[in-house]
Amino acid sequence: MRFVDEFRDADKARALAAAIASLCEPGRHYKFMEVCGGHTHTIYKHGIDDYLPENVSLVHGPGCPVCVIPMGRVDDAIAIATQPDVIMTTFGDMMRVPGGQGSFFDAKAAGADIRMVYSPLDSLKIARQHPDKRVVFMAIGFETTAPSTAMTVLRAAAEGIENFSIFCNHVTIIPAIKAILDSPDLRLDGFIGPGHVSTVIGCRPYDFIARQHDKPLVCAGFEPLDILQSVHMILCQLAEGRAEVENQYSRVVPWDGNAKALQVIAEVMELRPYFEWRGLGFISQSALKVRDAYAPFDAERIFELPGVRVADPKACQCGEVLKGVIKPWECKVFGTACTPETPIGTCMVSSEGACAAYYNFGRFTRERVRTATRQ
Amino acid sequence: MSTREQDVLDRIERARKRPARLKEERITLAHGAGGKATHALIEAVFLDAFRNPLLEALEDQATFTVGDARLAFTTDSFVVSPLFFPGGDIGELAVNGTVNDLAMSGARPLHLSAGFILEEGFPVADLQRIVASMGAAAAAAGVHIVTGDTKVVERGKADGCYINTAGVGVLERPVELGAARALPGDALIVSGPVGDHGVTVMLARGELDITSDVESDTAPLHELAGVLLDAVPGVRLLRDATRGGVATILNEVAQASDVAVVVDEGAVPVRPAVTGACEILGIDPLYVACEGRFVTVVDGGQADAAVAALESHPLGEGAAVIGHVKEDPPGLVLLKTAFGGTRIVDVLVGDPLPRIC
Repeated sequence: MRFVDEFRDADKARALAAAIASLCEPGRHYKFMEVCGGHTHTIYKHGIDDYLPENVSLVHGPGCPVCVIPMGRVDDAIAIATQPDVIMTTFGDMMRVPGGQGSFFDAKAAGADIRMVYSPLDSLKIARQHPDKRVVFMAIGFETTAPSTAMTVLRAAAEGIENFSIFCNHVTIIPAIKAILDSPDLRLDGFIGPGHVSTVIGCRPYDFIARQHDKPLVCAGFEPLDILQSVHMILCQLAEGRAEVENQYSRVVPWDGNAKALQVIAEVMELRPYFEWRGLGFISQSALKVRDAYAPFDAERIFELPGVRVADPKACQCGEVLKGVIKPWECKVFGTACTPETPIGTCMVSSEGACAAYYNFGRFTRERVRTATRQ
Repeated sequence: MSTREQDVLDRIERARKRPARLKEERITLAHGAGGKATHALIEAVFLDAFRNPLLEALEDQATFTVGDARLAFTTDSFVVSPLFFPGGDIGELAVNGTVNDLAMSGARPLHLSAGFILEEGFPVADLQRIVASMGAAAAAAGVHIVTGDTKVVERGKADGCYINTAGVGVLERPVELGAARALPGDALIVSGPVGDHGVTVMLARGELDITSDVESDTAPLHELAGVLLDAVPGVRLLRDATRGGVATILNEVAQASDVAVVVDEGAVPVRPAVTGACEILGIDPLYVACEGRFVTVVDGGQADAAVAALESHPLGEGAAVIGHVKEDPPGLVLLKTAFGGTRIVDVLVGDPLPRIC
């Protein structure tokens, strides 16, 4: 298929793999973090590890929108969904995220009207079709999805749709990366930068990573060749003693970002003083809320929320997984008590979650596979 | 790969082999998705109450002997939304679905029943259209709908029309098929391009503003199955790739036969329109339902003959060998990606496309 096959060409992958291997210093171990859950998904789905030398390892980062939602916020959302005459809408990934009192799926089975949508505009459509209901969109995601949520609020305001609101859980990527860099447990050699977030915020916000932390960052696309090329670009920087922000995904990411999208976010939303991230705790200025001017569209002001902070289950090590401190399989409950069917932690829920990606795609040993394919 | 990681993986595989437990207090959509939750529900609720040797096989049909005749018996319910979609409708699906469940045991379908649950207010013209298409599908499949039932429920208590069909067939060939019969060296074959039906129904819902010319592949498969069984003695299994798609069947084979299934992604036939829709929706075509395709496992030495036999029938156009059965690692489905990497293909959790049939 055009525009897909070009980026999955096995011959080009072999050539890149050879170039990558030739750049690696013998005896040195390289650890690169892919910040974005979309990259984690691509890496496992296409088996990119097969192309990397043994001394290059990819560490999964915090950029999975569903994974960072704390349990208390899920409970708040369910509290809204179970109010009379409410239709809660959300992306499919949210449905199985466990809160303290169960997930959206459980709430739906118990009678709440919770619907999956592909876009916030679909929620607005539902609001138009059901003027007698209060339609709430559970808004999640980084700067990637915030503009479409903001646009939807602007549209609702322009059309005077009064039965629509958003439960805003949008977060911002830079504070999360800062939290990773400040974490003492982790030594990284470079970053595969989040491609989709960068289409909105551009590449400049990452400058501090190169300047203050002396680490290379390459904004990467989501096809398997994009990832391999980005690894190659990071290794080139290291080999040449550079630490810079580079843009591998220039076909989509403008260096300065998308001014219009940023402006739409700024029009509708502002930074919260602090927000709780699952596993990472409270991070200041790391999330967005609806501005006063759009208060009628803010579910947090329309509905009374329990707002109770729910501690993560003791056994759950999502925080360490999100920070890249441990690999998914190193978590005590991985794959036994915590599975995609009955997730304890959020990382096991979303297809972008590191644990789900490893469980669904990577749960085998390469040695045994090599034996199997030789048989 | 460290020893510790291998230990963790071994522990997980042991956990996976344990029967699934029903933990939920209420039915969720996952219980209807055909994955682990469905199995847990069947084991904990239905199997426990109905337990008998025929049911315990948990195949899509039961086969048993009456006098000199070996019979196959099955039932299936249809709740597809929308009722009408490009390439078919709920009526055609209800006939072909049950015909295919019989055909996958190697049986020749004979007679069907049809039960209708209709919602107050449902247009009679729509019902006539559905029933006419059932009649045509039955005639095409060479079966008769010989008994039936009608119930009407209040407005809002059903989504227009639900149909249940049951069917009886006769096994005229001395075949023994089953997911536990695969052996290392066997070949895996699909009878044609996968994912057409699921993608068609998804797009027909009109929620996505994607248009495409892809049509449902709904078709009766007993003739195609017969052609294959006559041509190739070493058929181990036939399974129509409905809910859960090809991936679910491959996992059943790997688990039931305790073998590894190695699939070559590049060899799986998928129409470009289906690939495109799946890329946009973030769905793997291997999980998307078909209503006119089956997966078969045959003796590796007879793979070419099997594909040739399938290709000789119009419904087998595009049949292809997609992989092989290996010894190790048992219980897993491995995919060699078109990109050149390796990953596993697991049983799907939750259904990306509910009410597809």
